[in-house]
Amino acid sequence: MDTPLAVRARGITKCFGEVVALDGIDLDVAPGQIHGLVGPNGAGKTTLLGLLLGLAVADSGTLEILGTTVGRALAVPQGVAGFVDGPGLYPSLTAKQNLAALAALRGDEPTMGIDDAIAQVGLTDVADDRVRGFSLGMRQRLGLAAALLTNPRLLVLDEPSNGLDPAGKKHVYGVLSKLTANGTAVMLSSHRMDDVESLCSEVTILATGRVAFSGPISKLASEDRPLDYRLLTSDPATARRLADAATDIRIVDDVAVQQGVETLVVSAPVPALDELVKQLVRADIAVRELAPVVSPLEAAFLALTEQQESY
Amino acid sequence: MTATVAESTTPAVRRVPVTRGYRFELVKLLSQWRVRVLIIACWLAPAVFVAVISQQASLPVDTLFGRWMHSTGWAGPLVLLGFSGSWALPLLTSLIAGDVFASEDRLGTWRHLLVAVRSPRRIFVSKALASLSVIMLLVLGLVVSSMLSGVLVVGNRSLIGLDGHLLSPGDAAGRVLLAWLCALAPTLALAAIGLLGSVALGRSPMGLLLPAVVALAMQIVQQLPVPVAFRLALPGYAFISWNGLFTSPAQLGPLLIGVTVSLVWTVVATGLAYFLFVRRDFTNPVHDGSGRLAITAGLLPLVLLLGLTTAVVTPVTGFDSGITQDKVQRSAATAFAHLYRLQTKQLNRADVTEAQLQTSAECTKGGDQVAARGPGNDWRCVVSWHIPGVEAAGQAIYQLDINPLGRYVADGDGPKEVNGFFLVRTSAGDEPNPLWQFDGNVELLPSNPKG
Repeated sequence: MDTPLAVRARGITKCFGEVVALDGIDLDVAPGQIHGLVGPNGAGKTTLLGLLLGLAVADSGTLEILGTTVGRALAVPQGVAGFVDGPGLYPSLTAKQNLAALAALRGDEPTMGIDDAIAQVGLTDVADDRVRGFSLGMRQRLGLAAALLTNPRLLVLDEPSNGLDPAGKKHVYGVLSKLTANGTAVMLSSHRMDDVESLCSEVTILATGRVAFSGPISKLASEDRPLDYRLLTSDPATARRLADAATDIRIVDDVAVQQGVETLVVSAPVPALDELVKQLVRADIAVRELAPVVSPLEAAFLALTEQQESY
Repeated sequence: MTATVAESTTPAVRRVPVTRGYRFELVKLLSQWRVRVLIIACWLAPAVFVAVISQQASLPVDTLFGRWMHSTGWAGPLVLLGFSGSWALPLLTSLIAGDVFASEDRLGTWRHLLVAVRSPRRIFVSKALASLSVIMLLVLGLVVSSMLSGVLVVGNRSLIGLDGHLLSPGDAAGRVLLAWLCALAPTLALAAIGLLGSVALGRSPMGLLLPAVVALAMQIVQQLPVPVAFRLALPGYAFISWNGLFTSPAQLGPLLIGVTVSLVWTVVATGLAYFLFVRRDFTNPVHDGSGRLAITAGLLPLVLLLGLTTAVVTPVTGFDSGITQDKVQRSAATAFAHLYRLQTKQLNRADVTEAQLQTSAECTKGGDQVAARGPGNDWRCVVSWHIPGVEAAGQAIYQLDINPLGRYVADGDGPKEVNGFFLVRTSAGDEPNPLWQFDGNVELLPSNPKG
């Protein structure tokens, strides 16, 4: 038997009065995949995540979640968990009490013990503390622990890395990776392009309620599209001369000095950049750093959303 | 894409029993320090109040039954009931029912709760029941604390009713409990208004304060000379009409109307809150419950209900003040007769019955310059009575201050042998003179003169 898609949306439209929040959205999310959702503020990300959690129903279009067609609000099948606009936690209850209450409300025996869920997100030390004193990052981690209790098959997270310190981020990323390894689909929104790039295999970019792009992140970094790269070498003057002479490479004027060494910023497509690296090696120049100034996802995001908004 | 769409094997959503939601709402409420403080206060403060009053010389005579707080332990719970109907219960319902929905708006937890419970109906029922339970716990504290303290500190003694007749300790206890039970009806109405405000006004402070504001507005209206029909159509009237339990015979008409009106308001306001809640769109980022439609749909039906109730009760109550010369005379004469017997007993005179006294009263208002009806502090009554075997009739004068609710204070104006002194000298020492000043009330509904 084929495994159903975790999410299959076709032509989803959702309006709030005169405002069109979602306009003909198509979306596929496969099991075992972390799917990123990015877009500028007001693009409709939270509305879309709300539909996936069953908080509302689309005005038109079809939405299937874990193989079940969702026709009305709060009718998403068992196995969907997550949060939008931050995890809902009660400050007067402790971390444990929050999770215990949630488990009781869900009506099923938690597949994972409360202590285990708390341990997974690294909050064991504060399990008996009231949530009132928790930082944003701790709340995010506790929200994730709440979702883990139900052994979700679709996990919906809105800005899960907000407020996380590096240790917290490591915990969260580890948990998400384990979940996807067990076949759980994760749909997360974020403004942090580096998070999306490092976590997600696929991404959907929303702009003004429409899909500007949906697919693997690798497809966004088109090899033919020039990107700005920062180039740090052992001989900046020669590197500059070689770059200037190369076809398809443009030297961007802002020159920075990094650790006492002049850094060159060039704009080039991937093939031209490959050729430049070969020439540098032949000229016996060491390449100490070569990295995009902005990530391919961020560049594509900016290009696509600006394009969409200009229509 | 490696996966394809196929038939679902996903388990259907399981319905979560309301009891789980109810338990969760109770846990949330009881975990708030504010609620804990209220519970402690409601279970301790009345006992302290009754105990303190019993130790001090002055009494809260301005409050109904306050003048008897040294005489019997059953006066304390009634003084507290009077205070609670005006202040404590509206504030308690504000803090509990008025906040039970708004707190989710404030904490931003609605979506979390909906995803977990998956049913706005069950959330509504859970919240309504949980807030009701906590309010009941608070009211129970007020009743138990004041009654226990009264009985233990002051004593389980007879209570003098509003018409001067004596209630045995057992009868007093039953009526005190019944009075508190009747006061639950307007408390429920205020709680329902609190739920409505909490749903309709969201995180706005007005949502929290609505029951208190409505209760204050009703108190102000009750002090105005409005028609009796309108007075009884207000959901807070049962906070007043329990007074009728302490007359003989009991004035059950206003009490039953007041309780019924309160219960109707409870049902309608809860229904409106439910209607607004289940229609709320929780994904709309700009919605916090305070939309114009919510206010219109919440407020207008209640205004219509007030008008409708007034129209329905008018044939029973009439549309005047309900205070007439005849009723004032009857009330003053009855109360005087009962209290005269009490004074007779204090002074060790030969007992006489009310029938033997043949008490009557002639009352005028404003020295015959105005019509003898309606509230005012310019009522003057001359009470006459007969002692068996004495040909001449005794007479005493009283100045009556009757408020628009029909309650009055009768202040003795001579002769000094009857009502001239605050104290009477008895064989057991000085005791308060029951005829010096007394409380009474005029039933606002048209009544049988023999009743």
